Amino acid sequence: MSVQETQEAPRREETPESPQQQPGGKPGGSPGRSLGWTLARYLVMPVFLILVCLALYLAISNRQLDSIEQRSLNAPYIIHTVIRHLEISAVATVLVVLISVTAGIILTRPGMRRVAPYIVGIASTGQALPSIGVIVLIAVLTGQFGFKIAVVSLIIYAFLPILRNTMVGIQQVDQSIIEAGRGMGMTNTAVLFKIELPLAIPIMLAGIRTALIIVVGTAALATFINAGGMGDIINTGIKLSRDTILLTGSILTAVLALSVDYIAGIAEDVLKPRGL
Amino acid sequence: MDIYEGEIVVYVGPSGCGKTTTMKMINRIIEPSSGRIYISNEDVTDSNPDELRRHIGYVIQQIGLFPHMTIADNIATVPKMLGWDKQRISKRTDELLETVGIPNSYRSRYPKELSGGQRQRIGVARAMAADPPIMLMDEPFGAVDPITRERLQDEFLRLQQEIQKTIVFVTHDIDEAIKMGDRIAILREQSVIAQYDTPETILTDPADQYVEDFIGSGASLKRLSLSKVEDIKTAEWPVAHLDDSHDDVRGKLEQSGREYVLLLDERDKPKRWVNREDIEQGIPLKEAGWPAVAIVERHSSLYDTLDTMITSYRGSAIVVDENDGKYRGVVDFETVLAAIGEMRPQEDTIAPDFIAEREDLPS
Repeated sequence: MSVQETQEAPRREETPESPQQQPGGKPGGSPGRSLGWTLARYLVMPVFLILVCLALYLAISNRQLDSIEQRSLNAPYIIHTVIRHLEISAVATVLVVLISVTAGIILTRPGMRRVAPYIVGIASTGQALPSIGVIVLIAVLTGQFGFKIAVVSLIIYAFLPILRNTMVGIQQVDQSIIEAGRGMGMTNTAVLFKIELPLAIPIMLAGIRTALIIVVGTAALATFINAGGMGDIINTGIKLSRDTILLTGSILTAVLALSVDYIAGIAEDVLKPRGL
Repeated sequence: MDIYEGEIVVYVGPSGCGKTTTMKMINRIIEPSSGRIYISNEDVTDSNPDELRRHIGYVIQQIGLFPHMTIADNIATVPKMLGWDKQRISKRTDELLETVGIPNSYRSRYPKELSGGQRQRIGVARAMAADPPIMLMDEPFGAVDPITRERLQDEFLRLQQEIQKTIVFVTHDIDEAIKMGDRIAILREQSVIAQYDTPETILTDPADQYVEDFIGSGASLKRLSLSKVEDIKTAEWPVAHLDDSHDDVRGKLEQSGREYVLLLDERDKPKRWVNREDIEQGIPLKEAGWPAVAIVERHSSLYDTLDTMITSYRGSAIVVDENDGKYRGVVDFETVLAAIGEMRPQEDTIAPDFIAEREDLPS
């Protein structure tokens, strides 16, 4: 190679790489536009939910309520059922996340690959069953009613999405990244906690979010085994033929589910590892 | 098979011949089913595999940077496992980034924000982080474009001169093997070593037909890329300076019997070629004749030198010092041909035997 050419080499080097030197934000669009877009995305849902609640409040407060309606449609009672509903959902979600993430991790270890399809099969059955069937069936089979049974049923019902997403999340991690880690002397545990799980987090979070929605929605059925929750309001409305109560219960349940989904969505964005 | 300290040994062979497997047995990513591998007299299967791997650098074709970690965290992987303190890790990261030519401002970036070539450099930096004496490299430059690959190869060879690691390098590209390897092991199916020798010997004296086929055509030309122009005799060539008188220059030209004189400037840098006519026209020497552009550095390969000679107008190349650009000599086709002749001792010794046999035959 001649002298002239070698001198030119460093200059040539810059050209293909310089576009990369801008740290990547969202692809396309100026920062201002993407910020506005993000803000809008985050604001649409709460604004909508607040409007729905406001409309519901105005509609009810303009109506003449009879004594039965008054017993269900008052703030302390509604707040009580909402809290109860959230309690059931929260306990069920925390437990199901712990159980199914652990199961997902165990089932993706090399020794367990053969059993994995069977466990996933069983978990699928859990979800394939009608939710009210699971809740009532377990209560009848165990002869117990109330909070605990509601939580157990919800766990069975929400087990699959988290399990499946944990497994898929771990399995989709690029093998070469794992090999690089092993090749540098990472122990199996280190590979799991420093590579596999962080890289599986986006998919796992999506599964947890799905499960959370299932739990919050299905918890409305807990009323049938005397576990309380917002199902109580709906059930009262049906039994006593009070459409106002029924509608209020249904709308509030939907609003609660959408709020939880919204918060889970934000959590997903925050918890996602950077750089992916 | 022995690998000496500080040398680059290249495993090269067709796809599926087991070169990667062989390499991976060294750090026990794949456990050997039979046979023994010793590193400084210690059987690798006796040590804890994780502990072993922390002291062997490992670079793979896909690089395998951790996408969720910053560049600095990626590089710090092994030092962290070895329990280095933060300050030491940070200092080492600075050093390594400088070594592989990545700006320090990239520390907090993520791998996806880097180009392929930059990622590859980080991969090498990460493997060198804890200064392991041994490095395993599995087609490390396989996933980048040819221009970047060549640059990375050159950079790495320069780096190796400083760091003097013992390196096992896997590739399927014989040209890369010849360029990178101090010694090359050509493997055939099932990892049988077809030949394990220096690139020079493999090119001039392939062990069998398989090796010959694998090297492919142009072995002699490839051989040229291994010799440096400083290793061959330069041709006798008349030189003069730009400020010499026309008569002096003509005197030198006539004395040498060549057609051209090379003119140097006051710092001995080659500037122009002039022939008899140019001198007799009496124009100032600074503007006479042709500019001297076919210039190679002393450590340029004969291959590059030949390339320069072929494209140059006069079929010769001027050798200069790589540091100060001073004139060191001129090579032409004759000198290169003479050098090539010296590279083939085997053929010279075989030929007379062959003739002798033929003479034994009854006519």
